[in-house]
Amino acid sequence: MSAYRDKDPRIHGIQSKIRVVPDFPKPGIMFQDITTLLLDPKAFKDTVDLFVERYKGKNISVVAGIEARGFIFGPPIALEIGAKFVPLRKPKKLPGKVISEEYVLEYGRDCLQMHVGAVEPGERALVVDDLIATGGTLCAAMNLLERVGAEVVECACVIELPDLKGRERLNGKPLYVLVESH
Amino acid sequence: MEKMFAGDQNGLQGDPRLKAISEAIRVVPHFPKPGIMFQDITTLLLDHKCFKDTVDIFVDRYRDMAISVVAGVEARGFMFGPSVALAIGAKFVPLRKPRKLPGEVISEAYVLEYGTDCLEMHVGAVQPGERALVIDDLVATGGTLSAAIRLLERVGAEVVECACVVGLREVKGQHRLNGKPLYILVEPRQQTNCSAPSVNGVETCRRDDVYLSAT
Repeated sequence: MSAYRDKDPRIHGIQSKIRVVPDFPKPGIMFQDITTLLLDPKAFKDTVDLFVERYKGKNISVVAGIEARGFIFGPPIALEIGAKFVPLRKPKKLPGKVISEEYVLEYGRDCLQMHVGAVEPGERALVVDDLIATGGTLCAAMNLLERVGAEVVECACVIELPDLKGRERLNGKPLYVLVESH
Repeated sequence: MEKMFAGDQNGLQGDPRLKAISEAIRVVPHFPKPGIMFQDITTLLLDHKCFKDTVDIFVDRYRDMAISVVAGVEARGFMFGPSVALAIGAKFVPLRKPRKLPGEVISEAYVLEYGTDCLEMHVGAVQPGERALVIDDLVATGGTLSAAIRLLERVGAEVVECACVVGLREVKGQHRLNGKPLYILVEPRQQTNCSAPSVNGVETCRRDDVYLSAT
């Protein structure tokens, strides 16, 4: 599902504010930079509003945001829909007891952590990040939530890179994005 | 450095929201190293009302100050800054650790207890003459906030204030925040609160804290 396909009139403005930076972080990667979107208060508000409109009233009690750009979009959504915000972080950042989920990178591995007790069994959760590429990080995020007994209702990203087939990696979990970049 | 506490100010004295915000913050002893009583705001984020109240108090203060930029310090400043920016109609500018921002950046080094670190901002994000607010979850020595102020001033912005959820009333070896005012909601708690109920199931105390002394 994507708002891009639904052709909401706000989408064009949002897409036009995302800056593509070639060869970052390494040659060949066309980096989708959302910081320019954040510089436009209307476009940033429209971005949050599109997610809020979709998730308000759906009994979602947890918005989990992936470090660090998920921390920019997740909290405003959480506040508007009446949910708690749970940061999912790189290792050794969270001070309390954590559970960890490893995931595979192109070269090597990384790890995502969540505080024990932040999410209760049976809670309905949304996972938010700025972008889905291969889906590895989102998968790790969903695993963390499911391991503590939460139900991941959907993954929500501003941008999808469909050519990297991240959607297929989500084990059938729904994915909602605002824009696609080929 | 002019340091203002929300609870001392007109209208917020005795405001029950501030007490609830303070109690929603979990104290984690000896993180990241022995002797530090870490002020963990993640438990605040689990309490929707307290989180909303935190943002609302900042929004009420800043909405009429003609602020066009909210700069948030990575990463916990990202959890508070964007909501404030959205509510007051300002842009949000992330200030990040090195090599995270993809475009052309300016960098500002700052001193840590051991060594130095660096904060970066995208070139062109902020225009000369803009009025800016800097937000972070906590102010300790003020080194990071000072670097943030310098970044904004280097591009010609006017830093109106720095805002933090938690900060000490008296800071030893404090940095002058370049003369900029600092607005703080609550002071850090130095003891874990064993008798307090857990916040949404998250432990607010650890079994061994009876052996710990306040630092």
